[in-house]
Amino acid sequence: MAHTEHTPVVRALYLDDDVVLDAVKNLRGKGIKVKEVYSPFPIHGLDKAMGLKETRIAMAAFMYGLVGLTVAILITSYMMNIDWPQNIGGKPSMTWGKNMPAFVPIMFELTVFFAAHLMVWTFMIINKLYPGAAPQNPDPRTTDHHFMIEVAAGDGVIDALKETGAIEIAEA
Amino acid sequence: MHYESNVREPLILGDKSYKDITVDVARPVETAAPKAWWIVFSISLVMFLWGVGCILYTIGTGIGVWGLNKTVGWAWDITNFVWWVGIGHAGTLISAVLLLFRQKWRMAINRSAEAMTIFSVIQAGLFPLIHMGRIWMGYWVFPFPNQYGSLWVNFNSPLLWDVFAISTYLTVSTVFWYTGLIPDFAMIRDRAINPVQKHIYRILSFGWGGKAKAWQRFEEVSLVLAGLATPLVLSVHTIVSMDFATSVIPGWHTTIFPPYFVAGAIFSGFAMVQTLLLIVRKIFKMEDYITIQHIEMMNIVIMVTGSIVGVAYITELFIAWYSGVEYEQYAFLNRATGPYWWAYWSMMTCNVFSPQFMWFKKLRTNLIFTFLISIVVNIGMWFERFVIIVTSLHRDYLPSSWSMFSPTFVDIGIFIGTIGFFFVLFLLYARTFPVIAQAELKTILKSSGESQKKHHDPHGAH
Repeated sequence: MAHTEHTPVVRALYLDDDVVLDAVKNLRGKGIKVKEVYSPFPIHGLDKAMGLKETRIAMAAFMYGLVGLTVAILITSYMMNIDWPQNIGGKPSMTWGKNMPAFVPIMFELTVFFAAHLMVWTFMIINKLYPGAAPQNPDPRTTDHHFMIEVAAGDGVIDALKETGAIEIAEA
Repeated sequence: MHYESNVREPLILGDKSYKDITVDVARPVETAAPKAWWIVFSISLVMFLWGVGCILYTIGTGIGVWGLNKTVGWAWDITNFVWWVGIGHAGTLISAVLLLFRQKWRMAINRSAEAMTIFSVIQAGLFPLIHMGRIWMGYWVFPFPNQYGSLWVNFNSPLLWDVFAISTYLTVSTVFWYTGLIPDFAMIRDRAINPVQKHIYRILSFGWGGKAKAWQRFEEVSLVLAGLATPLVLSVHTIVSMDFATSVIPGWHTTIFPPYFVAGAIFSGFAMVQTLLLIVRKIFKMEDYITIQHIEMMNIVIMVTGSIVGVAYITELFIAWYSGVEYEQYAFLNRATGPYWWAYWSMMTCNVFSPQFMWFKKLRTNLIFTFLISIVVNIGMWFERFVIIVTSLHRDYLPSSWSMFSPTFVDIGIFIGTIGFFFVLFLLYARTFPVIAQAELKTILKSSGESQKKHHDPHGAH
């Protein structure tokens, strides 16, 4: 499997999510850097145990939503009030403010549209997910029922991994 | 950490391990289709092709081939449109609203329910398009710069709100569904032996590897998408109801329409989820994951929303009388006792009366009974839209315009075609996609698996 990092790593396989979580805490307590954990499903508390920062993608989605709202305000005011104002059904649309209640559905839908789509695009890009990308997991069993901890190679790392209940350890 | 009270019934039956979930979910994809699948698929395909023929005939000749007349300008087309959009709503309700409410039972059914959403919204979208007559000008519903002035779309119109609502709903539901599918596609990719299959799932899985940071973001994205999809799904049927409610037609011009349409949408959608899942769990042997408890929960939702719809019908009648507007009063009296009385009473029986059986635990845990009620409810909800649309239109303000509507074979053919198209899509999905969100389901195995629950000490919290 293609990997970009050049520093040697040690990979240990586990069979249980609770064992992995304890192993990560144990290894970090010993000062061993846990580079990555591959798991078939999200393990609650793992991000904190690994010392990962909280994701800011929700904040990004909020910003994208604001962009969508702005777009909705701009297109409705330009098309309905500036470029070609019309008198529809005896109700002239001369100012955006007075016309605004009719635009609430559009403003809402575009907010959701921009927030959802741009957030998912962001998610794909920052995780390097795209159609046909090479599988990121070094061992195919980690999407099934195995869990893998990847640590930087060093003295005593293999012994420390053995102690945490790894069933298979390999250097790569 | 994985403790859940023993009062709660297990959501995964039998002695399952993570490996078992993988194998069970991948089985329909990895094995040959059962005979029943081919039979249902062939019937659906024939229905679909018949519908395609009728659509081509409509486009080639014009919508004069339908049974519409100058009084009843909307009939089966818009009835079918609203019916299909409504069915779609249950998928979003299950995947988004139940996620926000942390209902774990959603995990076994959300994938198929969302698939149903997308496939039914596709059917819904067909009707306004072919109703345009000149479908090749369909893109005019979007505000494109053009050489007519520029002539823009009318943002005051509920029909345009609908364009934005349905487009947003379809695309957001699709990305929500696909994001959830990526880890499960990766699971199938990593198991695949056949090189062609491996290649296809490699493309579909986007290279997913289950890294810790990716899972952290994945969960956040799911939560935010659920938070966005919840008001979205409510807005969609609200806006669909405004297609009617903002008009001045007696029987349409009512403020109760948005909540009433949303409740009806959830009602019919859950019925369709029942119809589909009862078949899926049987054909693909998913009884350990889609349990009687899941069926019962959905029946309770059907009962509650059916009763809400019943209250809405009665409120409509009361308000028509109480308003003192004679046109409103006539519209509702005419619905119940006029020439379309049979449609009105079919609606009342199917939608208000039939779900009341679900008060009985014996009935709501009976699979055959549930299947029958799910079909009855969908028939009833089709009649609801037919009653709202046709009976309100067929009596104009001018008695000289009074008319009746009868569908032509083309009206019927297109409706049958969309049912076929829907099942073709769903059956293809059921054979090639992981029908259960297995990655999500594995997270609750330790807390809600039957054998795992038995091993827990009932007093040992955490």
